Amino acid sequence: MTVFAFYMFAAFVIASGAMTILSRNPVHSVLWLILAFFNAAGLMVLVGAEFLAMLLIVVYVGAVAVLFLFVVMMLNIDFAEMRAGFMKNAPLGLAVAVILLAELVLGIGAYRAGRLELGTPTGDAAPIAGASNIENIGALLYGKYVFLFEAAGIILLVAMIGAIVLTHRERRATRGHQNIAKQNARRPDEATVNVKPEYGQGVEL
Amino acid sequence: MTEFFQSLGMNYEWAWFVATISGILLIALPVMLAVALVIYMDRKVLGAVMMRRGPNVVGPFGILQSFADGLKVFLQETIIPSAANKGIFLLAPIITFTVALLAWAVIPFDAGVVLADINVGLLYVLAISSLGVYGITMAGWASNSKYPFFSAMRAAAQMISYEVSIGFILVCVVLYANSFNLTEIVEGQRGHGFGIVNGYYFNLLLFPMWVVFFISSLAETQRAPFDLTEAESELVAGYQTEYSSMSFALFWLGEYANILLMCSLNTLLFFGGWLPPIDWAPLYAVPGFIWFLLKTIFFFFMFSWIWATVPRYRYDQLMRLGWKVFLPMSLLFVALTSGWLMLTRYGGAA
Repeated sequence: MTVFAFYMFAAFVIASGAMTILSRNPVHSVLWLILAFFNAAGLMVLVGAEFLAMLLIVVYVGAVAVLFLFVVMMLNIDFAEMRAGFMKNAPLGLAVAVILLAELVLGIGAYRAGRLELGTPTGDAAPIAGASNIENIGALLYGKYVFLFEAAGIILLVAMIGAIVLTHRERRATRGHQNIAKQNARRPDEATVNVKPEYGQGVEL
Repeated sequence: MTEFFQSLGMNYEWAWFVATISGILLIALPVMLAVALVIYMDRKVLGAVMMRRGPNVVGPFGILQSFADGLKVFLQETIIPSAANKGIFLLAPIITFTVALLAWAVIPFDAGVVLADINVGLLYVLAISSLGVYGITMAGWASNSKYPFFSAMRAAAQMISYEVSIGFILVCVVLYANSFNLTEIVEGQRGHGFGIVNGYYFNLLLFPMWVVFFISSLAETQRAPFDLTEAESELVAGYQTEYSSMSFALFWLGEYANILLMCSLNTLLFFGGWLPPIDWAPLYAVPGFIWFLLKTIFFFFMFSWIWATVPRYRYDQLMRLGWKVFLPMSLLFVALTSGWLMLTRYGGAA
């Protein structure tokens, strides 16, 4: 059963990865990419990393890819123009692909030849027996590696502030600013008047 | 259930397979039936609030109205706009419907009555509900028409915004329950309030979070007053505008299945799931399933009640509420909850 599930997920990851590159419509590409993420999460469940699998779906599929899809849908993409740059960039892409392939072959080859030993974590980093992998990750992240974790947090904060500073524009002149509290405090009796006109008289304001 | 099928003389693999399939059917079919009845209830409540009768023609008290509507929709012609992106246009309602059913796999209806009792249950629910946005976004884009597209953009922004604060609220609950498993979260609520009340709502730190969660679940399921994706005065019918027949029905069913899911999450996370409201022995004589159902129906009643009474929000107000009110508030409560637990449960030692 596990073997069947593995080959199913793996085949879907590869197929949707290929379709991401091959499909002509960019929106289709993003959707195939999402399918690839989803099946990769399935593979993670199979190796027992259910926490990472759920995070992959929540963060990448649920948030990042939605924004990605959002942007691609809103862009008015000219397909002919996109295809025009293909031959120019092809050597660069090919070079990246060759380098990645070489690295993979080297890594897996070294491992196969017994030159590379994958260590098992010991001491503080050793997995807690009988605990789920949420507890294990938590114990490592907030115990042993707490300073690295804080550092990562600060880097993200700086990146966030940077993004806000770069995109923030003061637009005071273009629009009258709303005062939400004032709007909420407004009551019907100060906004409307009830006039009782005589029949056939009409209203003068 | 696997043991039962094994006792019928199947080997383990077959028994597991048959047990899982029948488990899925045992959840999915009643959920669909519940959706039909809940649509009827929604219309009845709405009718009562507006001093109308509501559906009362088909069947006794009109209870078969939803089935009649289903049959009507089933017999209609499926129209695909010529400018639509055909594949995605047809895929979108299927995705909405499937995703709405997927999350039910981890919902415990009673002690031990759950299809998949996984230890990341709550994260799974969060993950699956974050997929719900794809059906709507794809429908809006594939329709190739402006109002559905506006609606799709609104839906994407709205659901992502409220998911953030929902995530923080869930963190508060998880901190108290010390587990992501929904069964353990419910068990953690036994006698939570002074040893008498079953439920996290009876807690000064979690009650405000429940209020925020309830409002966020309205926004997450695009119910009034946050139904901006189908605001008929601005967007015709939103992302469903171009849909007809069964593809429309699938959106409809998926939407209500999601609403029911959110109601049951309110029940499970804050109101003690299948436990009776008060930890008192005679109340345990009522099956837990009944308590679960009653609480879920109660929350659904609140959903319809709010639909009938609250006017629709403006889009900027919706965004302000999500990002400027709920997000800081839930963040503050994560800090408060963890600080309080650190002091009381873990002895204050850092």
